[in-house]
Amino acid sequence: MSSNLTQALLELADDNLILGHRLSEWCGHAPMLEEDLALPNMGLDLIGTARTLYSYAGTIESNNKSEDDLAFLRDEREFLNCLLVERPNVNFAHTVLKQLYFSTFMKLYWNEALNSKDEIIVGVAGKAKKEMSYHIRHSGEWVIRLGDGTTESNKKLLEAVDALHIYTNELFFDTPNNIYFIKKDILPSRKALKSKWEKEINSIFKMAFVPYPEFEGELSGGRLGLHGEELGHLLASMQSVHRAHPGAKW
Amino acid sequence: MYSQGLINSDTQIEESQEFLDAFQARIDAEEKIEPNDVMPQAYKKMLVRQIAQHAHSEIVGMLPEGNWVTRAPSLRRKAALLAKVQDEGGHGLYLYSAAETLGVSREELTEQLVTGKAKFSSIFNYPTLSWADIGAIGWLVDGAAIMNQIPLCRCSYGPYARAMIRVCKEESFHQRQGYELMMSLAQGTEKQKQMAQDALNRWWWPSVMMFGPHDAESTHSDQSMRWKIKRFTNDDLRQKFINATVPQATFIDLKIPDKDLRWNDDKEGYDHGPIDWAEFWNVVKGNGPMARDRITARKKAWDEGEWVRDAAHAYAEKRRAEKIAAE
Repeated sequence: MSSNLTQALLELADDNLILGHRLSEWCGHAPMLEEDLALPNMGLDLIGTARTLYSYAGTIESNNKSEDDLAFLRDEREFLNCLLVERPNVNFAHTVLKQLYFSTFMKLYWNEALNSKDEIIVGVAGKAKKEMSYHIRHSGEWVIRLGDGTTESNKKLLEAVDALHIYTNELFFDTPNNIYFIKKDILPSRKALKSKWEKEINSIFKMAFVPYPEFEGELSGGRLGLHGEELGHLLASMQSVHRAHPGAKW
Repeated sequence: MYSQGLINSDTQIEESQEFLDAFQARIDAEEKIEPNDVMPQAYKKMLVRQIAQHAHSEIVGMLPEGNWVTRAPSLRRKAALLAKVQDEGGHGLYLYSAAETLGVSREELTEQLVTGKAKFSSIFNYPTLSWADIGAIGWLVDGAAIMNQIPLCRCSYGPYARAMIRVCKEESFHQRQGYELMMSLAQGTEKQKQMAQDALNRWWWPSVMMFGPHDAESTHSDQSMRWKIKRFTNDDLRQKFINATVPQATFIDLKIPDKDLRWNDDKEGYDHGPIDWAEFWNVVKGNGPMARDRITARKKAWDEGEWVRDAAHAYAEKRRAEKIAAE
């Protein structure tokens, strides 16, 4: 069994960077000024977490890579984020629902990671857990407002659930590489968080008049570098300046 | 969404010479005018016009910089730019709130912006064409803005003056951040240096024009100075900006695109070449290269966000009705 902590850290870092990038795409285009501030602010939290994780990953296992090497010089097949975070923003309902799904999961994850034997992971977890709490509050309150707002907002929220829920099962996938570190008490198990996550999402869905989706099946592959077509475009844009000037300092 | 019910800024009174003199005496004594004070309608109108333009400029200003958020070349720069653009949005929020104390709502002002009726700083009608433009905007545009805005911290209208204190602190940070970005490009590869020089070439004159027309042609200047909304003339502020910025350019080995620029011992400042006022007025009149795109982008965000705002209103209304029913 592989003992590659780099890969495990990249899964976490890529989730945070890609979702942070998606949130940053709202900058200046949100439905109200408060959200022009809030969405990029949450994006900043996620990008901040990604930076710490990339920096850590860059120093272990003889990697000798910078945070920017890892963010800007890998191709889409090398990105290990789950598919949920790369989904396009589409509209405000998709964005807040995606944020609720992810932050509810990550809060549970970081809470468990506080018990890690790796002190850097404990440090990241301590900060990120607090951030996830307010991301949940923000996105959860919006999900409730959209669900219990107008007929149109309820319809748009249901469409978002229909489009995104199928990606949530991948959040709970422990890769063989991760299982090694779970056994070593370095990383928490994702799989173990599923029932708590479902309970929390369900309690918000009840307030939002959203029936909890019953459908079977899942879409996954991100942890293996098998992504949707949208990720390539995101990376093409994100990496363009960095790659156009090889070796330059910024 | 909400506009304060004010006691006196809305009150129509007969503006006798005695009233106007008493108001002027308060201004001359450096007293702050507060929202509940009786004020001449022309004073209020001038403030609303200026604060609204300022707020709109902050909001529209998010677009040219936001254009590079998704392409920032390092994670550090990406985080810094996101935080900066967020600050600009926060300034807009502050300023719309200051305008609300004069009885004009954010919704009214936003409608004016998205229907193209409102004015905003014409600098944002220029496009950001390379990453170096982000440095140039911080260094030059925010640098010019600070020259204008620091005196506004002492503006006679209290809410505006107080809002400007925080705005200026943040703008000053942005200016240094922009300059640091330019410095790293100027000390970088040949291509990075070219990028920095090209950005300076394109943003210099529009930044110099940000101070507005020469004093002799500035319509609102005299009254604004008397009411201590404005403390320095356009030309004075422009000169201060040029004097501060030229040595900064020299320090990082970039060349200001003005062949007539030279130090003048007598005035202890730089003489500069003629400003292209035809271009200035053309852009002010809405013919800047990005003018239509900026309004279109704000209108699109506003229109596409309507259902979200409606949902928030409907939700709040339901909760309010429930509360009343329970009482």
